[in-house]
Amino acid sequence: MATATEQWVLVEMVQALYEAPTYHLILEGILILWIIRLLFSKTYKLQERSDLTVKEKEELIEEWQPEPLVPPVPKDHPALNYNIVSGPPSHKIVVNGKECINFASFNFLGLLDNPRVKAAALASLKKYGVGTCGPRGFYGTFDVHLDLEDRLAKFMKTEEAIIYSYGFATIASAIPAYSKRGDIVFVDRAACFAIQKGLQASRSDIKLFKHNDMADLERLLKEQEIEDQKNPRKARVTRRFIVVEGLYMNTGTICPLPELVKLKYKYKARIFLEESLSFGVLGEHGRGVTEHYGIKIDDIDLISANMENALASIGGFCCGRSFVIDHQRLSGQGYCFSASLPPLLAAAAIEALNIMEENPGIFAVLKEKCRQIHKALQGISGLKVVGESLSPAFHLQLEESTGSREQDVRLLQEIVDQHSGCGHGGTNRGRTGESCVHHQGGSPGRPALGRVPGPWLPATQHAERTQDSRWPWRGLKESKNMCIFDRIVTKWCQYGPIV
Amino acid sequence: MANPGGGAVCNGKLHNHKKQSNGSQSRNCTKNGIVKEGQQNGKPHFYDKLIVESFEEAPLHVMVFTYMGYGIGTLFGYLRDFLRNWGIEKCNAAVERKEQKDFVPLYQDFENFYTRNLYMRIRDNWNRPICSAPGPLFDVMERVSDDYNWTFRFTGRVIKDVINMGSYNFLGLAAKYDESMRTIKDVLEAYGTGVASTRHEMGTLDKHKELEDLVAKFLNVEAAMVFGMGFATNSMNIPALVGKGCLILSDELNHASLVLGARLSGATIRIFKHNNTQSLEKLLRDAVIYGQPRTRRAWKKILILVEGVYSMEGSIVHLPQIIALKKKYKAYLYVDEAHSIGAVGPTGRGVTEFFGLDPHEVDVLMGTFTKSFGASGGYIAGRKDLVDYLRVHSHSAVYASSMSPPIAEQIIRSLKLIMGLDGTTQGLQRVQRLAKNTRYFRQRLQEMGFIIYGNENASVVPLLLYMPDLKHAWTKGIRKTKGRVMASL
Repeated sequence: MATATEQWVLVEMVQALYEAPTYHLILEGILILWIIRLLFSKTYKLQERSDLTVKEKEELIEEWQPEPLVPPVPKDHPALNYNIVSGPPSHKIVVNGKECINFASFNFLGLLDNPRVKAAALASLKKYGVGTCGPRGFYGTFDVHLDLEDRLAKFMKTEEAIIYSYGFATIASAIPAYSKRGDIVFVDRAACFAIQKGLQASRSDIKLFKHNDMADLERLLKEQEIEDQKNPRKARVTRRFIVVEGLYMNTGTICPLPELVKLKYKYKARIFLEESLSFGVLGEHGRGVTEHYGIKIDDIDLISANMENALASIGGFCCGRSFVIDHQRLSGQGYCFSASLPPLLAAAAIEALNIMEENPGIFAVLKEKCRQIHKALQGISGLKVVGESLSPAFHLQLEESTGSREQDVRLLQEIVDQHSGCGHGGTNRGRTGESCVHHQGGSPGRPALGRVPGPWLPATQHAERTQDSRWPWRGLKESKNMCIFDRIVTKWCQYGPIV
Repeated sequence: MANPGGGAVCNGKLHNHKKQSNGSQSRNCTKNGIVKEGQQNGKPHFYDKLIVESFEEAPLHVMVFTYMGYGIGTLFGYLRDFLRNWGIEKCNAAVERKEQKDFVPLYQDFENFYTRNLYMRIRDNWNRPICSAPGPLFDVMERVSDDYNWTFRFTGRVIKDVINMGSYNFLGLAAKYDESMRTIKDVLEAYGTGVASTRHEMGTLDKHKELEDLVAKFLNVEAAMVFGMGFATNSMNIPALVGKGCLILSDELNHASLVLGARLSGATIRIFKHNNTQSLEKLLRDAVIYGQPRTRRAWKKILILVEGVYSMEGSIVHLPQIIALKKKYKAYLYVDEAHSIGAVGPTGRGVTEFFGLDPHEVDVLMGTFTKSFGASGGYIAGRKDLVDYLRVHSHSAVYASSMSPPIAEQIIRSLKLIMGLDGTTQGLQRVQRLAKNTRYFRQRLQEMGFIIYGNENASVVPLLLYMPDLKHAWTKGIRKTKGRVMASL
């Protein structure tokens, strides 16, 4: 049709309306009304369209049988027959009525039994009583908490520190405070359970890299960089974090922090360092893995540690710059929604810090002892030692697995039982190894990656092992297992008492 | 202003502010509560009495002023942000390192808007440090701010003998040391402060065993297990009980620890309106009849999460109705008695005793020792097979350290006191005095004209102020009352 000449003029349109046949107009009117009705009618929900009658619904309710709340647990499960400890878990420990040498508690510096620490706790008990009866925001902040935060910040040479009342909750609350849905976290496969829970709570994208393998981490970072270039707008708001542990609980190895810091600046990711095992252990003054490698503390964005290992107290802390730490005072769930640390435990931690600052020599002693034990345990056939030589917590793994996990666990349990029969307290992490599965938080369809290799026996070192550590042992029965045990004991006896 | 003691008439309309629910009129009253030891002397059940809860609405002008206050605060916030960005105003907040300026910002601007501009103005009302035991009177450290709450400085003075209305010290058991706490001193000297191990390894002390037996006896259940932190009790044990394919029905106003535990478990979560049994029933019916969404498979189990006393509303859960529902639809019930254990009920046994119900009807009884017992930590109690399962599978038992010995001893001592095992009736007297004080306090505040939320028997009393600046004026004013200084939120 010709365009320029034909123009729709309003008057002509109205005329056309008058001239149209009636049935046409009526039809159009009905169609318009129908469209309006369709537009405004409610969409139906699938549920509401069900055709169940009330009687059928009642029948369904009657028939439904849920699973029992808890499945039955075998009566002889080792966790139901705990080792009951009476008395302090110091160098010598009384387990199930027997006195043993303690290879199982994480009392690295031996401060649990220290009279000064106990005296400080007692003084605090006298002044403040036991509980704080409130979270930090509501009159649960005591001057001892502020003191402890101050002291920790000064000790670690950071701007600020924040205390939590439970070690597990520390890193599990710190990670979700910064990393939210849509952010990316690169975490080591051997990360401990608390970190895994923190990551799960944060709902971020998790990328696992092989344990202590910087090449693998770099590969993942490069892949992420390529992704970023495809979508720069999204990349500008996606935060990146690298979560590592100073000394890994699951393998006893130290993370390669210098390389990590280089990667941090190259790919612009922040580092969260979990130093539960390395605080009070590594470094000349016990400041942890940053001092061990001589790295500037400001390069690490957040250091989190628990006070249950070296500091002989309960609880945990995070330290770093004020810019980072202050955020947790409103966003750390374990900080805001939980009661604060009982003051006597805070006072005990302060005294322990005092002792650490006054005798920096104990760290060297601890490292020496770790090296000695590590050397002594090498060369036992059937068992291999997993962990760094200066790590106070290491694992004894079966060199060759019997093929089934249950059998391995049982074998190790026998070894442990024999140990305790002979006066050494140890534990079998077979059962904990089972629960140690990595989960990737967030969307379904992502497989659970990696199982921490196990089972194994963890063993820990105390700085206080003295000369009178003899290894008494009673009669052994003949069996393949006992030959291994025999060799362990002989090696220790050969080695002689540790000074 | 609200009229005292009765129907509040606001703007000519009677708002439904007093919800009077008669417990005896609900369907389940035919199954009367089993008489427990606490009621053997013939005291009447609270269950039959009227449950009086009030959630009064504020008068209109208050609402208007509140919104205006927040609105003006927000506008000023934008203005100040603008000035700070352009360098006209000095920025007092901490900033990112120079070397990391090109990293993706750690905080989005709008995330911290509220903190920077609104919270900062009244920040001095929170996190007030004290320097004595949190008893009925305590000492507050004086702190001032020279730069409008950005930083604080302690003057060194201590405001002594402040009336404490802010700590959760319901029975007054968190007090300065006295001779009755001798056992705690002994335990501290014998065991030390820490444990340095998990429950599965070397962390189970004989003290824990003693404590668990005592808790089970106190609650009248088969077994109990204790954990080192109340928050962690919820967040680590709910994942052990439910998983994928299960349904969690959680109250609207549940505590952060319950919400976190539910999320970590991986189960589907549905929220029902606060304390509203009709809403819960509808959800239960739909869940049982229609099963899982899309696949229509039946749910593996349904867990209802409620609290005994809600700390922010002061309301008590409608336990008899919920138990009736749970029985009808075969769901499991998890009650978090953090604020109600030791504080509610004729002998302080919690909400089950308050309503005269058998504690065995609740599947999982959880509570904390922080509030009424003056210590820290949490417990889960119930049937023996439940507790055995948690001993084996709870994340806390496997990965987290156990409770510190002197704390365990304090709880043992408190429990013995409340149960009367130490030979005195002091415990019972404290519980009864708490109940009387609560009712008196609430009644007097309402007579004075304040708006109070919650049940008349709940010891947590939320007093609504509405306007943000009023909080500031309130604390200043209340501090100068009659020479005796008071501290509250």
